[in-house]
Amino acid sequence: MAAKFDLNKEVVVIIGSGAGGGTLGNELAQKGIDVVILEAGKRHEISDFANDEWPMFSKISWLDKRTTSGTWRVSRDFPNLPAWIVKAVGGSTVHWAGASLRLQAHEFKARTTYGAVKGANLLDWPITLQELEPYYARAEDKMGVTGTHGIPRLPGNNNYKVLAAGAKKVGYKSFHSGNMAINSQPRDGRASCQQIGFCFQGCKSGAKWSTLYTEIPKGEKTGRLEVRPDAQALKIEHDKSGRVTGVMYADSKGNRSLQKARVVCVAGNSIESPRLLLNSSSTMFPNGLANSSGQVGNNYMRHMTGSVYGIFEKPVHMFRGTTMAGIVMDEARFDTKRGFVGGYEMETLSLGVPFTAAFLDPGSWGREFSSAMDAYDSMAGMWLVGEDMPQENNRVTLHATEKDAFGLPIPNVAFSDHGNDVAMRNHAFKQGKAIYDAVGAKRTVFTPPYPSTHNLGTNRMSAKAKDGVVNKWGQTHDVKNLFVSDGSQFTTGGAENPTLTIVTLAIRQAEYIAKSMSERTL
Amino acid sequence: MDTLQKPKRRRFIRIASAGALAASAGGLPALLGSSVAHAQQVLGDDTFATLTKIARDIYPHDRVENDLYRKAVAPYGDAAKQDAALKTLLTEGVAAVDAAAKQKYRKRYVEVVDEKDRVAILKAMDKSPFFLKVRGDLVVSLYNQPAVWAKLGYQGPSAEFGGYIKRGFNDQTWMDSV
Repeated sequence: MAAKFDLNKEVVVIIGSGAGGGTLGNELAQKGIDVVILEAGKRHEISDFANDEWPMFSKISWLDKRTTSGTWRVSRDFPNLPAWIVKAVGGSTVHWAGASLRLQAHEFKARTTYGAVKGANLLDWPITLQELEPYYARAEDKMGVTGTHGIPRLPGNNNYKVLAAGAKKVGYKSFHSGNMAINSQPRDGRASCQQIGFCFQGCKSGAKWSTLYTEIPKGEKTGRLEVRPDAQALKIEHDKSGRVTGVMYADSKGNRSLQKARVVCVAGNSIESPRLLLNSSSTMFPNGLANSSGQVGNNYMRHMTGSVYGIFEKPVHMFRGTTMAGIVMDEARFDTKRGFVGGYEMETLSLGVPFTAAFLDPGSWGREFSSAMDAYDSMAGMWLVGEDMPQENNRVTLHATEKDAFGLPIPNVAFSDHGNDVAMRNHAFKQGKAIYDAVGAKRTVFTPPYPSTHNLGTNRMSAKAKDGVVNKWGQTHDVKNLFVSDGSQFTTGGAENPTLTIVTLAIRQAEYIAKSMSERTL
Repeated sequence: MDTLQKPKRRRFIRIASAGALAASAGGLPALLGSSVAHAQQVLGDDTFATLTKIARDIYPHDRVENDLYRKAVAPYGDAAKQDAALKTLLTEGVAAVDAAAKQKYRKRYVEVVDEKDRVAILKAMDKSPFFLKVRGDLVVSLYNQPAVWAKLGYQGPSAEFGGYIKRGFNDQTWMDSV
């Protein structure tokens, strides 16, 4: 039975129920710790999902108003939608594609490996791949990642077959149908993938791992976990000693409640998490909670992204089967001969007609655009995702004048590409085109970055308190019983999709919190 | 507290904001049932017909029949009835398009025969709030119609048919012999 805790009970309060918060909540509950997860969105179940892009977009996306600035094109085409993430129980694990890759050893040492990159605010992580490996293994097992732990890979769909044939001709060596948190065979009480497509709209078969129907019900079954949907965290409260004591939150009608807390873990993704810390400023913490470094909200990363769509003579039907159906990993290496530091992955991606029309080349029209749409059934697609440079001025700040429904400043997201990001994207576009040209593409289209799905770095991990917000456990440098448990703790982004690393860090953080609580140091 | 850097001039480039996308998406069930006749009544036959022609010129698909463009414009019936500012934007926008056509070709927009000539008129006003609004709405209302999906070879929902695992998710072999 799911627990139901009194507001005055001092529990571990987790803000957010996605990859970080949902995993952490279950891990703590399994260890006998009482947890309340505050989730701003509603609780939809699999039966509420539809294979329909726009209706699902409006049902699950985080659409609260945000503003943007900087030179990124998202700010022009989607000025109030900097991020394409989910506001619902399960967070963005409801709509993620499932790619589950470990960061590479050198990516944890970005400053040491890449050296001083002008204009970049690079830093080494205070942890190594070696330290994380046992936790990565547990995360992969938990999520059922294909190609790990003896779990077979998924069969490649047509979109993958185009990618693989082209990659082979170009001379790439490291390509396959991916390491996916999608069941290739029944596992952990969930069915195997039916190649439905619509991974971004919520998996109808439950084959794709999401905290919504794995971690959260497992945690609830212990009687130690309560998930409160429709609970938007407004402010983290603290006492005179500087320890956090509870979280003020509101439902959509505006009713406010204060949940007392022994420990608070912030996992609201890289825009809401720093916003909550900044909105929790007080006389003791005038620049925001845990912000003595001034780094809360800074170093916002979104991965270098872009897409290439190839148009062929013969049909592809890219929409049939998993959205992210395969990967080319050869360019993920560190090799400055290409003209940039860091690397990138090339992963198949497909959108339905409604989203293709909206995102292929936002704002374009006329025959050039419609002729590409006319070729929709013979189109293959890939997404390019690589390491972008942390920059101090790419950041989440509080809007000077605009307020949300609760009277709190809305966030502004400022982003401009670093020169390294631009060089990497140009290289990736060229290589993506080469793959499709090698198998006879009639035409290729370069699609600019979508609103950010990978939001990282705004409460970053650092060895020294002056360089970042949290230590190697995700514990804030300034406040002992305040943690960050999402992608905002990433020191740098790496080339890989971040979810596996977020889950890995949450498993490790749960151990640390449980140990500290039993030793009474927390 | 941190403050926001003042954003640069962005008044005219609110192309497809999250709000617009969400509003379009949120209104879709109604949108699909929107009545062409009602929209013709609210906007007037001429304005509706011109908007329909503009819709085809913005997103021209020769194999998509006029009726689907009419259906893409139809949601403006309900929307303009509830929003006087929108109605003004649409009627004045169409009037501007017609004025440009008359000046250049001595005809109303819908009477200009050559698509290229009509597109030239739209190109000249492609930064106007009218054009940006119509383009941003149409990219949703045209391409969200299952009848348009079928024309473009998109099969739509698949879960109710058991996905594609037995329906051709990997049925193509041409790429192996290129």
